[in-house]
Amino acid sequence: MATDLTFAPDETGIGEINKYDFVTETSGVFRARRGLSAQIVSEISEMKGEPRWMRDFRLNSLKIFESKPMPHWGGNIGIDFQDIYYYLKPTEQQGKTWDDVPPEIKETFDKLGIPEAEKKFLAGVKAQFESEVVYGSLKEDLAKKGVIFTDTDTAVREHGDLVREHIGKIIPPEDNKFAALNSAVWSGGSFIYVPKGVKIEFPLQAYFRINAERMGQFERTLIIVDEGAEVHYVEGCTAPMYSSESLHSAVVEIIVRRGARCRYTTIQNWANNIYNLVTKRAMAYGDSLMEWIDGNLGSRLTMKYPAVYMMEPGARGEILSIAFASKGQHQDAGAKVVHCAPHTKSRIISKSISKNGGRSSYRGLCKVQDGAVGSKSNVVCDALILDPASRSDTYPYIEVEEQDVQVEHEARVSRIGEEQLFYLQSRGLTEAEASSMIVSGFIEPLVKELPMEYAVEMNRLIELQMEGSVG
Amino acid sequence: MIETLKITNLHVSVGEKQILNGVNLTINRGEVHALMGPNGSGKSTLAGVIMGHPNYEVTEGTIELNGQDILEWDATERARAGVFMAFQRPMAIPGVKMADFLRHATTNVRNPQRKEGEQLIPMREFRKELREKMTQLKMDEEFARRYVNDGFSGGEMKRAEILQMAMLRPKFAILDETDSGLDVDAVKLASQSIAEIGGAEMGILIITHHDRLLEHNTPDFTHVILGGRIVETGGVELARELYTEGYEKVRERHPEDAAIEKEMAAKDKQLVGGGV
Repeated sequence: MATDLTFAPDETGIGEINKYDFVTETSGVFRARRGLSAQIVSEISEMKGEPRWMRDFRLNSLKIFESKPMPHWGGNIGIDFQDIYYYLKPTEQQGKTWDDVPPEIKETFDKLGIPEAEKKFLAGVKAQFESEVVYGSLKEDLAKKGVIFTDTDTAVREHGDLVREHIGKIIPPEDNKFAALNSAVWSGGSFIYVPKGVKIEFPLQAYFRINAERMGQFERTLIIVDEGAEVHYVEGCTAPMYSSESLHSAVVEIIVRRGARCRYTTIQNWANNIYNLVTKRAMAYGDSLMEWIDGNLGSRLTMKYPAVYMMEPGARGEILSIAFASKGQHQDAGAKVVHCAPHTKSRIISKSISKNGGRSSYRGLCKVQDGAVGSKSNVVCDALILDPASRSDTYPYIEVEEQDVQVEHEARVSRIGEEQLFYLQSRGLTEAEASSMIVSGFIEPLVKELPMEYAVEMNRLIELQMEGSVG
Repeated sequence: MIETLKITNLHVSVGEKQILNGVNLTINRGEVHALMGPNGSGKSTLAGVIMGHPNYEVTEGTIELNGQDILEWDATERARAGVFMAFQRPMAIPGVKMADFLRHATTNVRNPQRKEGEQLIPMREFRKELREKMTQLKMDEEFARRYVNDGFSGGEMKRAEILQMAMLRPKFAILDETDSGLDVDAVKLASQSIAEIGGAEMGILIITHHDRLLEHNTPDFTHVILGGRIVETGGVELARELYTEGYEKVRERHPEDAAIEKEMAAKDKQLVGGGV
């Protein structure tokens, strides 16, 4: 049996609910003053020893951020932008082995099971703690083939031209207020380049941990999968629970070149005091495949709609989205597919679960541009509502500018039926077990798409979310 | 000690409507009982209330398992105490494989004290037993990998119910019209199967319209329910008579209960449109 990614299997299941909820005592080497200003942005840039073009990019992005109103749709964003720490450097330098990482931080990742997973089934790991990547590894044979897997700060220094060419091109700072904010204060995140024809068999994983209170984490990820290459990138994220709000606002840009494949899997399990406002977008070129697998279980509010722009004929985009909203949570999640070229194909499958007064919304866009003849899109949204206090909404946006296309949209909302519960209970399952089984069956079509280790983790997280859900 | 499921003076209503009007029935372990009656006479209600369906309200009477009143127990507790019901219309649970569902169910019923999250029956042991039972019931192994009742044909659903009964090995089993919707051959197979999985060791209540299901499970007692009460009890010959001749003679012999039956049917009509 495979073990869980983020915690050792525990036969009893008792006490697991709090496994992510611990605070690590660290001294940190630098913390920017609380709040946001041009001066703070400049300081972050200087601290990082960045080239001028990047500092200008940041300062310009800050202006855009300040000029844009808060989004008037989605969820209630109750953030005081001046009450957040935008940059917190936990350690002087990044470790190449876990022994190089400060012991208290290494212990954090030990508890989350990262080094163990790395040994077993990962091709490379990046571990980000607050604002910086504190540990990074990549299998030697991949490095020899020219694969680059590094944190984005290092990439700015070591692969400046490549970064400068692509960063902010897929998601410009003007795209939305939070993309602008990230562009101004970004720190950490992954930079990946997979050379032509290189197929990476095992996943590359990044793990993001927020530890401090009133923290803002703004990683910036850029992935370039060159012609005929393949990569699977996985990210996980957790944080301890605080009474005050924290902000996580990432930007992820991906280029999938001709004939390449990229799969990006997220298992988001932030604490319920975190606003998770993320922009993710991929451009897929001729005959390539971009897949987003997006699991949202944690956070107070998530607004995230991974996108695929199909730029050349034969490009495909697939998005599988799972959202689980419990008490005090709002998951406003979904997907965007944009058909910019003929004979492109997309598929969106969204499954959401709401319980204990949680709210989940599917928000999605399917756009077919004029000239994208012969394109096909299929969207299926299923929502499961566990009790009358919970809520589910669907906001599908469909814009089709071309006649010769096939666009399908299907949405279903169901409630756990009393008869289903009675049936399972009559076979000796408790009411809680029965609900849990119905829910795990509901998401099974998505979970089976995950590699075994992540499927196990996803099921375990769902079980944790379900604990105490009944009665 | 002989184990007994004893129903005494049971009155049950659903919402405003009184459905059972004083049912008395005692089933000993090892006995086969047939329960027959016209539509709307309360057969399925009796099955559901024995299993603990939350929508049925017991207004009077008792249900006892080996002398212990089980009315306050929910379906989970009753199942773990050895009560089983084969559903007339089993529920589909999409995405949940038969094998996973059965492993949970079997573990819970065999280890009634089990707490959530505690270990399940070891996979190897469970698979071996499941395979044996499925072979016995002439079921394809593929069946275990399908989602519970999802897209099953009528016959498959009923066989799945019998498979569950075989795995859970209940003390008392109620079969609610396990023959409904099945063709002649399928009923025959079901009847054989019930006998083969050791039906003789259980106390069985077979609710049916036909006598075919009884072919391999000869009833020790046949009960007739009319207007929410058991009005007659006889042997196997009563089942045959009812199947061939219908309920008119029974109604003639029990005019009062027939009147109640009529009244209940009239109320049903009034309530149509109200979603009953």
